[in-house]
Amino acid sequence: MATVRLENLTKTFGEVRALKGIDLEMRAGEFVSLVGPSGCGKTTALRIVAGFERPTEGRVLLDGKDVSKVPTNQRNMGMVFQAYSLFPNMTAAQNVEFGLRVRGEANEKRSRRASELLGMVGLSHATERYPHQLSGGMQQRVALARALAIEPEVLLLDEPLSALDAKVRVQLREEIRRVQSELGITTLYVTHDQEEALAVSDRVAVLCDGRIEQVGSPAEIYGDPRTPFVAEFIGTMNRLEARVVDPDHVEHEGRRLRVEAVRNCGVGQKVLVLIRPESVELTELDGEGQVPEGALEGRVVSHLFLGPVTRVKVANGSDEITVDLRSRAAQTLNPGMRVSARFDAGSARILPLDE
Amino acid sequence: MKRGFSWSKVVWIFLGSLYFLIPLLATLQFSLEEGRDRYGFGSYAFILSDPGFRQSIWFSFKMAVGTVVLSLVLLVPTVYWVRLRMPRLRPVLEFVSIMPFVVPPIVLVVGILTLYRGAPQWFVATPLILLCGYVIHALPYVYRSVDAGMQAINIHTLTEAAQSLGAGWRTILLRVIVPNLRVALLSGSFLTLAIILGEYTMASLMLFSSFAVYIAYIGQSQANPAAALTLISFAITWAAMLGLSAIGRRAGADQTQIGGAR
Ligand SMILES: Nc1ncnc2c1ncn2[C@@H]1O[C@H](COP(=O)(O)OP(=O)(O)OP(=O)(O)O)[C@@H](O)[C@H]1O
Ligand SMILES: [Mg+2]
Repeated sequence: MATVRLENLTKTFGEVRALKGIDLEMRAGEFVSLVGPSGCGKTTALRIVAGFERPTEGRVLLDGKDVSKVPTNQRNMGMVFQAYSLFPNMTAAQNVEFGLRVRGEANEKRSRRASELLGMVGLSHATERYPHQLSGGMQQRVALARALAIEPEVLLLDEPLSALDAKVRVQLREEIRRVQSELGITTLYVTHDQEEALAVSDRVAVLCDGRIEQVGSPAEIYGDPRTPFVAEFIGTMNRLEARVVDPDHVEHEGRRLRVEAVRNCGVGQKVLVLIRPESVELTELDGEGQVPEGALEGRVVSHLFLGPVTRVKVANGSDEITVDLRSRAAQTLNPGMRVSARFDAGSARILPLDE
Repeated sequence: MKRGFSWSKVVWIFLGSLYFLIPLLATLQFSLEEGRDRYGFGSYAFILSDPGFRQSIWFSFKMAVGTVVLSLVLLVPTVYWVRLRMPRLRPVLEFVSIMPFVVPPIVLVVGILTLYRGAPQWFVATPLILLCGYVIHALPYVYRSVDAGMQAINIHTLTEAAQSLGAGWRTILLRVIVPNLRVALLSGSFLTLAIILGEYTMASLMLFSSFAVYIAYIGQSQANPAAALTLISFAITWAAMLGLSAIGRRAGADQTQIGGAR
C-alpha cells in the first residue's frame, strides 16, 4: 500500500489550462474521489497519475518518490477505464492474467490468481467468456479484477460506472468499495456524480475549472461546504443572501433569522446563508396568521415525489426555497398554501460575501 | 436470424452460380478439345510438364507472400502509430496510399528503375526490386484493410489498458493490437495475394517471368493449353486463398488456446 501525493499539478493543452495547480495527499489505503463538472480536469489529473500524460508543472510522488518521469508500464498502477477496455481477443480469465503474463509469472500462479479475483468480483461462472459475451457491468467487474491482478500500488478508476444503468451502478460502486477495503488498496476514483463520490469515498476532492475547491470527508463536504461552488455542486442547497445584524442573527428581506455560524462575522457583513433542504420545516399558516419569529414566509409552489421524501418548492419573495419533507408530511401541504419555513439555526452554514 | 428454406433463395443462388459457372465450363470444354470431336487431357499434360509453368508460378507465389509480409510489417506499426500519436498525419497517409491508383504501373516501373539506378547489385539485379514495386502496388489495399481494422477497435484504450498492466510496445502490438486485427489483416492479405499472382505489367517490364507473364506468353502461342492454364491458375489461386484462410483461422485458434493453456 502506498501513499500518493500530487504537488502543484499543472497541465496545459495548447491554449487550454486543464489543471491549474492541484495539491492532494492520499494516505495509504485511502479511497479518494475526484468529483467535479465536465471539463474540470478530473480525467487529466488521473491520467497524469497513471503516467499517460506528463504534467506541465508539478509532480506526482508515490511513497515519497517522484514518479513523474516513470513511464506508465513501470508505475505498477491498476487502471479501470470508462468502458470497452477489455482485450476482445481474450477471455475474462486471460484478460485478468494479462498483467501477470507480462511479468512472466508462472502459469499456475496466474490462473490461481485470476480465478481468485474473478471470484472476488462475483464472476466465477464467466471466466471463459469473451468480452462480447459479457454485459457492461460484468465487463467492468473483469476490468476491476484485471487491474487488481498485478497487485498495484494504486488503483485508478475513471468514471468506471458511467456507461451502466442506475441500478447496476449502485450495486457495482458498493462492490468496488468492498473489494477496495478488503485489499486495503490506495484508490483514486474519478466521477462527475457527486452522490456516487459521497457514497463510496473516505475523502472527496471537489474540482472546478482545474483547481481543487475543497477536500474533506463526505460528511464535511456535504455538511460544511467552504466555497459557493461546492455548496452548489454537492447535493441541493438553499442560498439566502443576508446581512449580519448581531453575533447570532442575520437579516434577510426584513426578517431576523437565527444562524449560529455567524458568530465570528462582523456586524454588517454580507453573507450567503446555506441551508440543506432536509433541515427546513414547514408549518401551515392559516388565514391572516402571523409568521412566527425567526421563520420565513412563503407559498407552496410544487411537489416532486421522490419516494420516501417529497421535495417541496416554496416561493419566498424573489427566491425559492427547496424543502425535503417525509412524503407523508408533505401530503398535507397543497400547492398555493401559505406556510412558514423554519430552519435549524445550528445546521445553517454561511459564506462571507464580498461587497 | 431465421434460416428458413425458400424457393426464391434457391433460384437466386442457381442464377448466380450460372453466371460464374458458364464461362468456366466453356473454358473447360475448350481446354479439353484435341481437334474435331476429340477430347483429352493433352493440354493439361502439356502445361503441367512445362518447366516454365512451375517456375513462374512458384516465383509469383513467393513474390505474393513476400509482398504480404513486407506490406504488413511496414504498415501495421505505421498505421497504429499514426492513429495513436500523430492523427494529424492521417490525411497524408491516406493520400500516399491512393497514389498507386493514380500513377500507372508503367510510370511506377520507370520511376523505380530510375530511382534505384545506382543501388547495389544484390537489390537491382534480383527480384527484390520487383518486391519493392509490388509493395507499392498493393499499398492501397493493405492500407485500407489495416486502417479499417484499427478503426474497428479502440486502440487508444486498449493500448493504455495494456500499458497500465505493464506491457511494452512489442507486447502491445503483438499480443493486443494484431490479434484483434486478424480478420482485417487476412482480408487484406487475400486481396494482395490475388493481385500479385495476376500482376503482369511490372513483372514484364522489369523482365521477370512471373505467372501472368507466362500466361500471356502461352495465350499468344497456343490456344487450348492457354484455356487449360486459365483453369489451373484459377484453381491454384483458390487453393492458395483457402490455405491462407485455414492458416489464419488456426493462428486465431492457437492464440486463444495459448492464452488459456500456457
Ligand atoms: N488531449 C487533449 N488535448 C486538448 N485538450 C484537452 C485534452 N485532454 C483534455 N483537454 C481539455 O482539458 C480540459 C479538462 O479535460 P478533462 O478530460 O480532464 O475533463 P474531465 O473533468 O475529465 O471531464 P469529463 O467529466 O467530461 O470527463 C477540457 O477543457 C478538455 O477540453
Ligand atoms: Mg473525464
